[in-house]
Amino acid sequence: MPDDPAVPDGAGEPGGRRPVSRPRFRLIVDPIACDGAGVCAELLPEMISLDPWGYPIIHGDEVPPGLVDLARRTTVSCPRLALTLLRIDR
Amino acid sequence: MTAPFGPTRLLDTAGGADVVSLDAHLQRWGALPSASGRTIIEAVEQSGLRGHGGAWFPVGTKWRAVAGSGRARPVVVANGPEGEPASGKDRYLLRHSPHLVLDGAATAARAVGADKVVVHVTEEAVGGIQVALAERARRGIDGCTFEVAVAPDHFLSGQESAAVATINGRAPGIPTFIGIRSVRDQGVAGRPTLVQNVETLAHAALIARYGSEWFRSVGTPDSTGTALLTVTGRWDAPRIVEVPLGTTLGHALGIDAEAARAIQGVLLGGYGGGWLPTATALTMPLTEEAARSHGSSIGAGVVVLLPAGICPLAETARVARYMEGEGAGQCGPCVNGLDVLATSVEHLAYRPRSLRGGVAALPTLCGLIEGRGACRHPDGVARFVRTAVDVFADHAALHLSRGPCQTTRPFLTVPASPVAGAR
Repeated sequence: MPDDPAVPDGAGEPGGRRPVSRPRFRLIVDPIACDGAGVCAELLPEMISLDPWGYPIIHGDEVPPGLVDLARRTTVSCPRLALTLLRIDR
Repeated sequence: MTAPFGPTRLLDTAGGADVVSLDAHLQRWGALPSASGRTIIEAVEQSGLRGHGGAWFPVGTKWRAVAGSGRARPVVVANGPEGEPASGKDRYLLRHSPHLVLDGAATAARAVGADKVVVHVTEEAVGGIQVALAERARRGIDGCTFEVAVAPDHFLSGQESAAVATINGRAPGIPTFIGIRSVRDQGVAGRPTLVQNVETLAHAALIARYGSEWFRSVGTPDSTGTALLTVTGRWDAPRIVEVPLGTTLGHALGIDAEAARAIQGVLLGGYGGGWLPTATALTMPLTEEAARSHGSSIGAGVVVLLPAGICPLAETARVARYMEGEGAGQCGPCVNGLDVLATSVEHLAYRPRSLRGGVAALPTLCGLIEGRGACRHPDGVARFVRTAVDVFADHAALHLSRGPCQTTRPFLTVPASPVAGAR
């Protein structure tokens, strides 16, 4: 159950390490900075679509674990740096 | 110095003076007790006081968060620009009972450990506040300093981040995107900042004197105390009234079933609030929860009773266009969405047969703009339009089948649009 947040990554490992749960993230857009370039929707169509005026609509409250790396690359590809990957588990 | 009994609290103007002087104020209410910040916060928490600027957020929770931010000395903003055109209660309070507001601000400053209060009001209130501040300075009654900041006369001026932007001398009256942070962490001069509506502060000034039990003796367990309302359509001119929360508007405003028949619908909460069917508005308990369960909000206490003979869709269209013009023009979904939304409502009001997609197009458009601005402006307009389409569905159907109303007149207050390019 690798995706179960109830099972900490470090649980059961030798050495008595403190159990660490997987970090969880949300994508947020700064709507003032965003100028609707649309790069994000091309790079991350799994989570981002565009409204009739070309501005991003983020789907889902949390980035699925398998998409976190892609989401991070998407944030740095935004020409206005209007996307933020926000850690929500702490 | 007795605690006011019953629902008249903030409107108890110490014998009917036009402006309650500091002497009259102290004679009526007595001096603020010198309680510790911790004691004040506990009393405000237990009082159940919520924000009367429109959000109805628990005040004690907010004060505790600012008090505990611990990085730098906090600042308190007494927020009273009241950009909502149909609201007049904050201006009324600032003009007639400035010391209740300033007492509340001083109480908040003590509670959160602030050494400075910024009184943020529009030009018309500045003179009265300066007179009041001079009276207090002569007496030396405050443990904090006061400054006055002039708010531009815009709808968005009182929005929390816009107020801070004005005070910081940056893009006056324009909201900023603060994402997950808040002005509570970083506001005026980068310091933790408590932005609190002036009516809320006035309530706090009385809680500081009479305690939480007294405050809770009026209202419901969740909506405690009284609220100031600006009521339009009940009397010849708009009037400020103070009502116990949890009452019904029908009772508080003296509207019986017979009189209710002459009312087409009720706008609660202002232009970012929502329309309610007359029967619902007059009989539901006046609490924020009840208002929200019907898709509206008490907001800043605006109540408009729309009389017969006025086209509700034309009124909604006028307000939607005004609100579109009052946007800060910063966020794509708001800039584009509000224009399309206002145009669509104008179609429904004046040229219903050219409304593409029919009435159903309106809530769909609302869904496209909700939650997508840096501030809640687009959400408020969406709520206003959504509820109009809902409450006046029969009227909209008449427009679509028989054409627009031939006779109507402007009823809701809509200020002249800002000059294009001026912002």
